[in-house]
Amino acid sequence: MLDTAQPVRRTPGRDTTRPARRRRRPRSGPYLLILPALVVIGVLLIWPVVQIGRMSFEKVGVRQLRGEPAENVGLANYRQILGDGFFWTTFRHTVLFAVVAVAATLLVGTLVGLLINRLGTKMSAFVAGGVLVAWATPPITAAIIFSWLFGTTGGLVNWFLDALPDALVGSGWANYNWFGTPLPTYTVLTICVVWMSFPFVAVSVLAGLRTVPRELYEAARVDGSSAWQSFWGITFPLLRPIFGVLLVLSVIWDFRVFTQLFVMSGLANRDAFNLSLYGYSEAFGSLNARYGLGSAIAVVLTLIVLLVTAMYARMVIRQEGTS
Amino acid sequence: MRAPLWRRVALNAAGVGVFLVSAFPVFWMISTAFKPNGEIFSSTPHPLPEHPTLRHFGSVVDGSVAGVSFWSYFANSAAVAIATVVISGLLALLAATAVARFRFRFRTTFLVLLLVVQMVPCEALVIPLFIDLKRMEMLNSLVGLIAVYVGFALPFGVWMLRGFVAAVPKELEEAAALDGAGPLRIFFRVLLPLVAPGLVATSVFSFITAWNEFLFAYTFLKDQDKATLPIMLQFFFGRSGNDWGPIMAASTLLTLPVIAFFLLVQRRMVSGLVAGAVKG
Repeated sequence: MLDTAQPVRRTPGRDTTRPARRRRRPRSGPYLLILPALVVIGVLLIWPVVQIGRMSFEKVGVRQLRGEPAENVGLANYRQILGDGFFWTTFRHTVLFAVVAVAATLLVGTLVGLLINRLGTKMSAFVAGGVLVAWATPPITAAIIFSWLFGTTGGLVNWFLDALPDALVGSGWANYNWFGTPLPTYTVLTICVVWMSFPFVAVSVLAGLRTVPRELYEAARVDGSSAWQSFWGITFPLLRPIFGVLLVLSVIWDFRVFTQLFVMSGLANRDAFNLSLYGYSEAFGSLNARYGLGSAIAVVLTLIVLLVTAMYARMVIRQEGTS
Repeated sequence: MRAPLWRRVALNAAGVGVFLVSAFPVFWMISTAFKPNGEIFSSTPHPLPEHPTLRHFGSVVDGSVAGVSFWSYFANSAAVAIATVVISGLLALLAATAVARFRFRFRTTFLVLLLVVQMVPCEALVIPLFIDLKRMEMLNSLVGLIAVYVGFALPFGVWMLRGFVAAVPKELEEAAALDGAGPLRIFFRVLLPLVAPGLVATSVFSFITAWNEFLFAYTFLKDQDKATLPIMLQFFFGRSGNDWGPIMAASTLLTLPVIAFFLLVQRRMVSGLVAGAVKG
């Protein structure tokens, strides 16, 4: 089921870099072909980025929606958020969550990938099927299912913790509210996000493992090295590019988590905000919309993510040559 | 050399554990959806419904909870997702052909641009896009939403399709050209049929993206009769946070098509996503 023999991989990037003498269409051909995509990307992705950059220096409210010109306020928006303790609370939530969730996702995903790789044909298909179910679940459904699993009344987790001996987990779980304070909220969020994200890591690691020649492990075993040693001596170095890509993608995804936190905790629960929820709430959370301030927060978020992306792009380009 | 018995047993047991943890939340969603209220809030929960009922599905479908029928949300979601798939698929195929078949100036720039724009957080873009659509009076319209989804699906679509286009042997096109076929004819008669599997995989991916999307739909669409399925779910959840029967029934109806689609194309999704990360 999880046969990862890949049609894509069979075509080395070199193919596309053959000399241009084979070209037989007019010179404008490729430009015309990418033009529609460029226009769409420009209008819907690049222009809005320019706009948040500009709006982060302006005071933009409901009036500007009707076409009134916005007032330039210089760095006031940035000064306001960077000088506000609440911004730093949301910043801390964002970073801590990303660190914990990324580490847990990579760890769980890698272990599951290694496990599936060692199982027999039928068993690995069975396990991969279950893993795919978690992968395919829409973020909004996942958030709602975990809200239900961790529900105060009738929630399965509270029932389970309450049924366990008190010596193990303490007492008072029967009506425990997981969404009252930030720490339990983020605990549930982390479990939910790791559950949704580990399949991608597992499947990518598995695809990588299938490219490692078996002889390497056999040679290592003959030399008497343990499973732990062969992982760090063979698997990890060979899959290092995959781990790099997975790390960066996970950081980017987990840094901007929105839907799950929005569903679990909501706009009313300011204590549990992260950066994206904070920015969204400044712009859309009240009748007194502060789009400029929201934009400044969005710019901070974007800059962090783009910084990580720059590392990612360098990595991919290095791997693919120029293709 | 076979592993010792105890190790095989341990590995298989771990496999079963992984399966259970992965599939359980979805199983619990479906199971809850079929349980009568008494069983949902029972002090000793059972894994399966003792007296399965379709009541929750009924109240979701006839609209007695949301005020608007499920089919209205479903039709909106399907229309938005299908339009996104068709438009972004076509544009992505054109661009993918360009980067896979031609060497041209700015080609690398274009590829890097595709990578970078995929990473821009959509949470950041929601403010300017909201303001633009508001000014164009397209805020409460599915057309505006489709445009935004096309923008978000396109970069990944090009990135994924270029691998599939590059996999088609050039010699086939050259043979067709020698036989006197023009560029359009080559495109439709030679390239398109051969790229079709890749196009299907990419389409399913953009379908799922549009089908699942919550943030923009929630921000842009204000009328319930324009709303898509994730909005319906949020509406249920926000209004009656404890009425888990209908909420789980609605979640099931939203989720099962996605899981079905996903299982259909998972091989190609994986190959597309890690293409480039794995050395050939």
